[in-house]
Formats: sequence, structure tokens, C-alpha cells
Amino acid sequence: MPIFIPSSLTEATQLLSKNPDAHLLTGGTDMMVEVNFNHRHPDTVIALRNIPEFQRWNIDTASGLVHIGSSVPYATMEHGDLAKALPALAEAARTVGSPQIRAAGSIGGNLGTCSPAGDSLPVLAALDAVVHLQSESSRRSVSFAEFMVGPKRNSRLPNEIITGVSIPITNGWQGYAKVGVRNAMVISVASVCLAIHDNKVRVALGSLGPTIIRCTESENWINSIGLANIDHSLAKEFADHVRAESRPIDDHRSTAEYRRHAVGVLAARLLLRGVQK
Amino acid sequence: MSELEHYSLTVNGVERQVSDAWIGESLLYVLRERLGLPGSKGACEQGECGSCTVFVDNAAVCSCLVMAATAVGTQIATVEGLNDDGSLTDVQEAFITEGAVQCGFCTPGLVMAVHHLLDHNDSPNEQEIKEALSGNICRCTGYGRIFAAVDTVISVRKGVSS
Amino acid sequence: MTITKTQRDILGSSALRPDGISKVQGDFAFSSDLHAENMLWGATLRSPHPYARIVSIDVSGAWKIAGVECVITAEDVPGQLTYGLISEDQPVFARDVVRYMGEPVAAVAADHPETCRRALAAIQVVYEVLTPLTNPEHAIDASHEPIHPDGNIIRRQRIMHGDPTATAPIVVEGTYDIGMQDQAFLGTESALAIPDHDGAGVEVFVATQWLHEDRKQMAKCLGMPEEKVRLVLGGVGGAFGAREDISLQVHTALLAMRTSRPVKMQYGREESFFGHVHRHPAQIWMRHHANTDGRIVKIEARFVFDGGAYSSTSSAVLINGVTHTQGPYQCPNAVVDGYAVRTNNPPCGAMRGFGVVQACFAHEGQMDKLAAATGIDEVEIRLRNIIHTGDTMITGQVLESVAPLERCIRETAAMPLPAEMGSHPHELDLPGGSGRTADRRNIVRGIGWGVSMKNLMYSEGFDDYSTARCTLTNGSVELKFATSEVGQGFVTLAPQIARSVLGVDNVTYDTIDTQIGSAGSTSASRQTWMSGGAVDGACRMVRERLFEHVGAVHNIDPLRLAIDDTDIIDTVGTLRISVQEASANFSVSETYEYHHRKTEDLDENGQGNCHVAFAFVAHRAVVDVDVELGLVKVVQIATAQDVGRVLNPMSVTGQIEGGIAQGLGLAVMEEIIVTNGIVRNPSFTDYLLPTALDAPQVVISMIEVPDPQAPMGAKGVGEAPCISVTPAIVAAIRNATGKSIDRCPVRPQDICF
Ligand SMILES: Cc1cc2nc3c(=O)[nH]c(=O)nc-3n(C[C@H](O)[C@H](O)[C@H](O)COP(=O)(O)OP(=O)(O)OC[C@H]3O[C@@H](n4cnc5c(N)ncnc54)[C@H](O)[C@@H]3O)c2cc1C
Ligand code: FES
Ligand code: FES
Repeated sequence: MPIFIPSSLTEATQLLSKNPDAHLLTGGTDMMVEVNFNHRHPDTVIALRNIPEFQRWNIDTASGLVHIGSSVPYATMEHGDLAKALPALAEAARTVGSPQIRAAGSIGGNLGTCSPAGDSLPVLAALDAVVHLQSESSRRSVSFAEFMVGPKRNSRLPNEIITGVSIPITNGWQGYAKVGVRNAMVISVASVCLAIHDNKVRVALGSLGPTIIRCTESENWINSIGLANIDHSLAKEFADHVRAESRPIDDHRSTAEYRRHAVGVLAARLLLRGVQK
Repeated sequence: MSELEHYSLTVNGVERQVSDAWIGESLLYVLRERLGLPGSKGACEQGECGSCTVFVDNAAVCSCLVMAATAVGTQIATVEGLNDDGSLTDVQEAFITEGAVQCGFCTPGLVMAVHHLLDHNDSPNEQEIKEALSGNICRCTGYGRIFAAVDTVISVRKGVSS
Repeated sequence: MTITKTQRDILGSSALRPDGISKVQGDFAFSSDLHAENMLWGATLRSPHPYARIVSIDVSGAWKIAGVECVITAEDVPGQLTYGLISEDQPVFARDVVRYMGEPVAAVAADHPETCRRALAAIQVVYEVLTPLTNPEHAIDASHEPIHPDGNIIRRQRIMHGDPTATAPIVVEGTYDIGMQDQAFLGTESALAIPDHDGAGVEVFVATQWLHEDRKQMAKCLGMPEEKVRLVLGGVGGAFGAREDISLQVHTALLAMRTSRPVKMQYGREESFFGHVHRHPAQIWMRHHANTDGRIVKIEARFVFDGGAYSSTSSAVLINGVTHTQGPYQCPNAVVDGYAVRTNNPPCGAMRGFGVVQACFAHEGQMDKLAAATGIDEVEIRLRNIIHTGDTMITGQVLESVAPLERCIRETAAMPLPAEMGSHPHELDLPGGSGRTADRRNIVRGIGWGVSMKNLMYSEGFDDYSTARCTLTNGSVELKFATSEVGQGFVTLAPQIARSVLGVDNVTYDTIDTQIGSAGSTSASRQTWMSGGAVDGACRMVRERLFEHVGAVHNIDPLRLAIDDTDIIDTVGTLRISVQEASANFSVSETYEYHHRKTEDLDENGQGNCHVAFAFVAHRAVVDVDVELGLVKVVQIATAQDVGRVLNPMSVTGQIEGGIAQGLGLAVMEEIIVTNGIVRNPSFTDYLLPTALDAPQVVISMIEVPDPQAPMGAKGVGEAPCISVTPAIVAAIRNATGKSIDRCPVRPQDICF
């Protein structure tokens, strides 16, 4: 039978081993667009929606980690305790598509697609998240930086399923901002996640290069100055540092020039929000 | 077409058989073309217009993005199932009386989205209404009469005469 | 729940849509919802190249696929090989050459849409790619070979009026660019064709704006007499001009005739972007000469409309553009040159506002420049120049329409402005919306104006008419017309007219099809006037017959009778009898053809009485702009529109709000992006339409000064709302940012760099 709806992870990984050509399906919000537009012709599909642990999330204060199962939809991340623990993820989730897309689309699917415009990804990058992968015979966890290797390319092996992510809880401010040309339901033209932990700033950029870009140089520069000293003119300089680390391109959604400009503006604004100036 | 599927779906509380279907078919296609339920409309087939909005296990989703064969075992509700007896729901009535319908292509999806909103939040504010409906494109009305319809339902449900 | 109404649904009431219940319940049959026993699906193979020679087409691969029943190309077109609304220059299928990306090359019919897709993939077309003509200026300067036997210039029209050498102390000029907008109706093209059993005819259910014109073009291409092609209106999911030209009509009918089976065709969204014409992108240069008091002395202008590969309605769009150079302002002298040209870009044609949208964007930009140059306020400069009934326009035509333009402007100006933004606005109320890009301090507010005048109905000597039949039987009325209902609400209005004229309440309408004379197109703001006029005329004829009948029965001169509510009364006597009772066992049917007054062609100097009538509107836009990021939120649109007479307030409100949203789209987000003839964004992911979160507050005043030329005093209201709202929004962005922005849609980079 070409459609499988396994009810456990073990069953799912076994099915994937037996059917190496199978397409994994969670919310379908990426995959079905490809099918409808004739870009994908699945013969075998493994639907992951019935795997209980994929739908769970928890906040583990002891380890300082939030675990999110790969099928958890954006709608769940937008509100409640999960949003309180990870405000930047909540803000990013809220920008994804429409309510209908957020009800179906999942973090696992965002990782599976691994588009540079994927909105959860800059958050995972900035927060040093770890992606969990499991195959029939093995299990591993990789940092987000190791996971995303190119535009729509990741280091998942063909027999592996993304089971979820673990995201360290930060002790400072965090936020997300995304530019699109409409006030809702729009793919990112440029986005930034900025988080503060132990008084150190971390920044990651979406839609500004082949992968999500973690701006280590900019982080080092601003952290060497110290959060307490940040003012508007330093924020402007920070913007230039971030711009220098971006690698934007021209496409039908925008220009490289605009993206580079915008990402600096966003980074500066988030920084000022973070230090409440 | 090679791989054909047989499965059953529960739509508006009724179990329906689907046979000889290609597995890539969306729930929208299956509802419209196989189950004789054309109320859900397709205007983009990529999740951008909301005309195809249905409830799957009480979540409002785009049926064009649900792979039908994987929706086995879920509860699917469509615009045809809103009222069994053929009468109008308060949302449907308000859409008519407030002029929220022009060509009507967006209407079934919007009716579903409004029901979903008001069934989960009986007094949404302006921003909540707009955000809840931001996935449903209407090209004719400019949304003004649709907001008016939502306001009417809110008032009527609260017992305030409009 | 059931809807109860106390008021009679006559003219002036907000009568509800008769198709409302079926539409909210999902029962209404859009053309895409239709099915027939034993039906096949059709699909179209399209050119991936904007310009290429077809070396060969091999369809054998498609025939081999199980489930494929028919494959057709240009070789299989039995009748005329080309079609078109004004000139027949567009091939049913490309034969030797493809002239735009997406041009149809072949079509298939098969048992399932997926089989069709596979069949299309199996057709081998060998192309020799040619260098496309994509710059309209190269069509004018003849630097590119003709891409079509008819040449690269579709039409040129000059206007010379008054003294071409006139000048004045204040001179302002600008070059304005308008992007290619898509109508983006939600219900994509679809049709179901059912061949007659005898194989001699076909019945086609189709979503269209003009059944009879479709039939005429189809019959020619199918090589069949018109009466053998019967069209029935399938439910239409919006139109906005995109269904004025035919798209899949011939293909569907031909596949059905070939297979002797019903065939349904339906475009997906991507195909829809290639399957219909768009709003012409245009570049317009204007130079205004004015006195220091702001009064316009002369306008010079040059228009270039990019018509794309085939002419569609380009020549009429051009005429609308150049004849609206002056906008709703007096202008004694004008020198205008305009071109509609052919390129290998997507074909362009009708869209709501039809040429006037482009002209208005330029003339309103000019009015603001004039205001700045003279130091006169934007509202005042417009008021000083407004046109009045009786004024001569730059075509030499005297404006005969009622022109309450001053009221439009003053009432708009008097509308309350939106509240200032508070110190802690909701994030969704800021530009950027849920993207949370802006903080309060990043936002600047701006206000801008746009005023326009739009011709109503068809121009340039076209004998434009509409037909309607009214049948009164036993107190009930049935109407028959071929008027396409595309959402605008003619099916609501027509019964309102009958109720008002005849004093009946029970009014139904028959299937909308070609079994009666033409109604003309649902476009050019014309159906309320034209088909409304026809229904009104037919009902009046029936009323005459009824009065004759009642007069005979009661021995009263029928001329003394009148309708009072639902009764017939003797105006000089005591008789009062209900229409219901008076028409018991009485049946009468009358057909009426309404023609609007004659117009003329323009001469080579652009002089002539070419338009029928005009409507006026003013828009004031308030926007919030994040200047640094170039993001915009339209906060409020205030508008006062000259509607003649309000026949259904709720319908008019819907037209105004809907038109404003489309004009907003053109102002800040909607554009088909074409590079080297390749469409880059044929999807709703990248062709952005306004959402509920982009919708501004809209404040409306309907200016009612009945126009004696209009059948019921009412002007068409469909187009006016979407014309000057675009320049108003762009003016507001200029006002907020201090930048000179002369293109629409305004992109973030146009604001922040
Ligand atoms: C209208 C619309 C708007 C959108 N807007 C946005 C937006 O604003 N921002 C954004 O980021 N995205 C957006 N998306 C894209 C999409 O919604 C997201 O990427 C979403 O996270 C995908 O999740 P899903 O569960 O639907 O994925 P699916 O479509 O089910 O899967 C996506 C991919 O991941 C693979 N996959 C799924 N689950 C797993 C797993 N557990 N292990 C391994 N591989 C897996 C699938 O095989 C597939 O290749 C939009 C999509 C639509 C249709
Ligand atoms: S058809 Fe499903 S969202 Fe448009
Ligand atoms: S009424 Fe036509 S799209 Fe909404």
C-alpha cells in the first residue's frame, strides 16, 4: 500500500527503511503545493501525523531546554506557555502564512524543506537549537548549523526522520522580525532573529543567503562593546556589521540591495527593542 | 496513472468511500470531484486563498493542501455540513444580509473561517478578526461587508439587536 | 435561520442577492462545479518561450497514454485560425510561431486531470528560440522586426486641441510608470462543453462577461453557424475584465466536438495568469502648463501602452487613455500622442478602469506637482480646474453628463480623518503587520488626493445595446436577459427594477444564455445603464399592456393609470386595484432593446464625440509609512462618488469597497513581473493581493444627482472606485516621505532608497 499512517516512531522508521523512496508528510503545506503543481509525483507516502511523541512539546526547566516534536504546528507555538518560553519562536510562527497554514504547517516540515525563507529557522539558529533525527537503527542530534547545508538542503540521511528539536531557554530578551510586502500571509524578503543570553547578543538572518546566516562577527563586535553601552548610533553601526555578513540575492521578490538594507534596519531595531532603548 | 487507492473518509459525520484514486489527490479534489461536495472552492491550490477551507479534526485548514488519502480516520467538516437541515447558520445569514457576497467564490471558505473564529472566540477585536481572516482572499468586496457580517454575528450571539 | 424582510425590494432598497443563499451554502454552481455524465477533462499545452519559431510538434507520445481521448493542435481548427475582440489577430493555437510565454500550442482531453498533465508532458515541441521584443519603445522605433503580420504598432492616436503653441508661466512634467496588474478573479477560467447528439452543434457552459461575443468568435473558429453554438452562463467567480476575451472556449468546444463527449476545462491559478489578458503596463509622460493661479493652460502628453503579443482591446484602451489625459479638469489646449504596441510580453486588454487608471495615475501626479509649483493646496488646485457640464473636452466633445465634481471633492475633504496613531499601537496596525518590523517611532503619516473622471459604456461609434424580456403572468414576473452576472449584482437589480415599474413582488429571472439577444459585456460600468435600461424598457412596455388591459376592463383611459406601490390606481378617479388582482389570468411578454446614444470615431487629431457619458469620483488616502524599510499601511480611504442615483445602497457600497481594494493593490503590491518576456510570479504566493489585514477603513459618500441621460438616473459605479484611489495612495506616500515616486506599485526600495 502506498500510503502509510504509522502510529509509532519505530513503525515509521521501519517503514522508511523498507520504502526508501517514500515521501514523509507532516502538515503537507509544502509537499502538497509541489504535488498540486506537478513538481512531485509521490508513489509512496508515510504520513507522520499519528505519532504521539511528534505532537508533544515540553519545557524542561531542569535542563533548560524546550523540546518540540516535529509535528507540532505553528498554531501551538503562537500562544501559551510555549510562546512564553520562546517568544521569538512565537513571533516567527505568527508570521507564517495564514491561520490555516499555521494550523497544519509544522516545525518538522519547515526543517524538512529547509528553505532560507523558513521562518522558524533563524530562531533555531539564533537559539543554538539541536535537531533530532532517527532511523530504524540509529539516533543522532545535530546542531542547526550542521543540519542546514544549503538552500532546501539539509544533512538528514534518506533513512532518517526528524523527530523534533531541542531549544535552549535563554535568560534575556528575544525577538523576530520579518519583512514582506503585505501585512499578512507573505513569504519573507528578509528576516532577523535576535536573542540575548547571559548578556550576549546572538543574531541569525533568514532570506539573506543560501542558508540561515548566524552573524558571529557582528555578535562578537557588539558583545565586545557590551549591552549596557548600546545606543542608537551603535545600533546603526551594528546594522552595518550585520549587512556585511549577509549574502543576499536578487529575485522576483526583492533585490539584493534592498534585502541588505532591510536586514540592517531590522537588526538595529531588534537590538534596541532588546535593550529597551 | 498507476497507483490507485481505496480508502474511506468521514465527511460531515458520514463515512464515504473513495475508490480508484491517485494518491496525490488533495482533499479538495476528492471532496469536489469524487464525493460530490463542490461547496469547497479551489482558487490557487497552494494555500494562498482560503477558498477551500474545511475543518479537519476541528482545525480550519486548506483542503487543497491535505493529501486526501492521509485524512483517513479524521473528522472532516465542509460547508455542506454546517447545517444538516438546509437552513442557514447565523454566519451565512449575516453574509447575505450584510452584503458580504458578490461573486461568492470566496464565500464558503470565508463562512468556514468565520465559524472557526467565532466558535473559539466570542468577542474578537478588530485585529483578531482581520488576522483570523487574513488567509481568505476576497477579490470582490474589499472585505468591508465581510467585517460587517462578522460584527453582526457577534452582536446577535451576544443578544444585542443589530 | 430564515431571513425575514419587511421592506419591498424595489429600487433604492438594499435588496438581497437572489443567489445569496446558494452561494453561502456552497450550492451555487460555478462553471468549475459543473459535471456531465461520461465527461472528459481538457488541458492546454503552452509555450515556455516568449518568442520562438515552432520547428515541429509531435503529439504521438500523448496519444499512447492510456486514458487520452483527443489531442489537437492548430491543424485541427476547423474554422478561422485566429480570433480577437477588435482585430482577429490571435491564433486559437500557435502554428509557426509563439509570441508570448504561455501561448497555447496544443490541447488534450483525457479521463483525469492527472492523465492530461502526463499527456501534455508527452507532447514534443521543438522550438527555435528567437530574440523577443520586450521593450515597447523598440516597437515604436522599428528597431525590432515585426513580430506579427499586422506589425508592431497596434494603434497610434494623436490629440491636437486648441493652440499647440500655447504656454504659461508654470510648467511641470513627469514620467509615470504603471505596472502590469492582474484581475485575479478567484474563480479561474472554466467551461463545460456538451456536444449535441447529432454532432452538429455544441452547448457550452462558461464563465464569461459577454456570451454573445464569445459565441460569435467561437462559431467562426469552430466553422459552425452561430445558432449551433449555444452558450449558457456558468457561475462566474469574478471577472474585472479578464473574461472579456475568450480563453478556453474554442479549445473546450473543439475537444468536445472531436470526442463526441462532454469536456470540462479549468485553468489552475498559474495557468490563469497565462490564460487571460492583464492591465496594460504603461509609461506616460506629461507636461502641464499653468498660470500662477494654478489654472491649466495646456497639457502635452505621450502614452505608451504595452499591449503584449496580441491586440485584444488595446486600441480601445489607448483611446480611453489619451482622451482622459486632462482628467476631470478643464484644459483648453492639448498635444497628445499615444501608442498601443505589440511586444512579446503577455497580452494585455481589459481591466476595471480600462486605460483611465493609467492616465489618472499620471494626471494626478501632475496635479500634485502643479500644487507644489504654485504653492496652492492640493484640494484647492483641483477645485480651481474642475470640469463642468457644458465644458468642451480636449477631444472637442462637450461634456453633457451631470458632473457633481465639486461636491465629490468637498464632501471627501469634509470627512473626518482617522484618529492619530496612539503611542502603543497594535502591532497589526503598523506597516509590516505581523512581521513586527516597525516600532511606533519609525512611522510617518501622509495624506494624498486623487480625483478622476471615467467614461461609461463603449465608445467610438460602437452600436452598444442590451436586450431584455419581461413576462407578466398572474401577478408574477419572469425576466430574461443575457447579462453576465459576475458578482456585480445585476441579478439583484433587475428584479428591483421590475418590482418598481410593475408593482409586483414575485420576480424571477430565467437562465442567462444566448436564447435571447445580446446584452453586451459586463464591463465599462455599463450594465446598470444598458441592461438596466433594457429591463426597465421591457417592464414599461409590459406595464402599458397591463394598463390597456385594466383600462379595457374598467373602461378607463389607460393613460390615467399609474402604479402606486403594489396597486394600479386611476390618477384622476377612484379605482385602486392590486396588480396581483389586475393581472389574474393575464399574461403578456415584451422584449426591449436599449441602445445608448450614438458616438463617433476620433479623427486623426483626436477630435470627435467619442464617449457616451462620464462619472466622477474623489479619493483621499491616509497612509502610515515606515520610511526606513519602505513598508506601507493604508489607514483610511475617504471617497465621494458621483453615482447618479443609488439603486441599491448595499451593492454600491460593495462596488466601492471592492474597487478601492483593487486600486490599493495596484498602489502598493500588485504587479506581474516580466523580465525578457518571462513571467516571474504567476502564483498567489508571489502575485500579492490585499488581505483582510491590508484593508483600510473606507468612508463613503454617494453623491446623488440623477443623470437625465441615464435610464433610471443611475450611472455605472463599477470602475470609478478603483481609478483615483491608486494615485491618492501614492500621493500620500510621497506626502509622508517627501520622495518623488512616479511609479506604481510602489515597492519598498522605491521608498527607502
Ligand atoms: C500559503 C503558504 C504560506 C506559507 N508561508 C510560509 C511562511 O510564511 N514561512 C514559512 O516558513 N513557511 C511558509 N510556508 C511553507 C510551509 O508552511 C512551512 O515550511 C511548514 O513548516 C511546512 O510544514 P509541513 O508540516 O506542512 O510540511 P510538509 O509539507 O508535510 O513537509 C515539508 C517537507 O519536509 C519533509 N518532512 C516533513 N516532516 C518530516 C519529518 N518529520 N522528517 C523528515 N522530513 C520531513 C517532507 O517530506 C517535505 O519534503 C507556507 C506555505 C504555504 C502553502
Ligand atoms: S485553493 Fe486551497 S488555499 Fe486556495
Ligand atoms: S465575493 Fe468574489 S471573491 Fe469574494
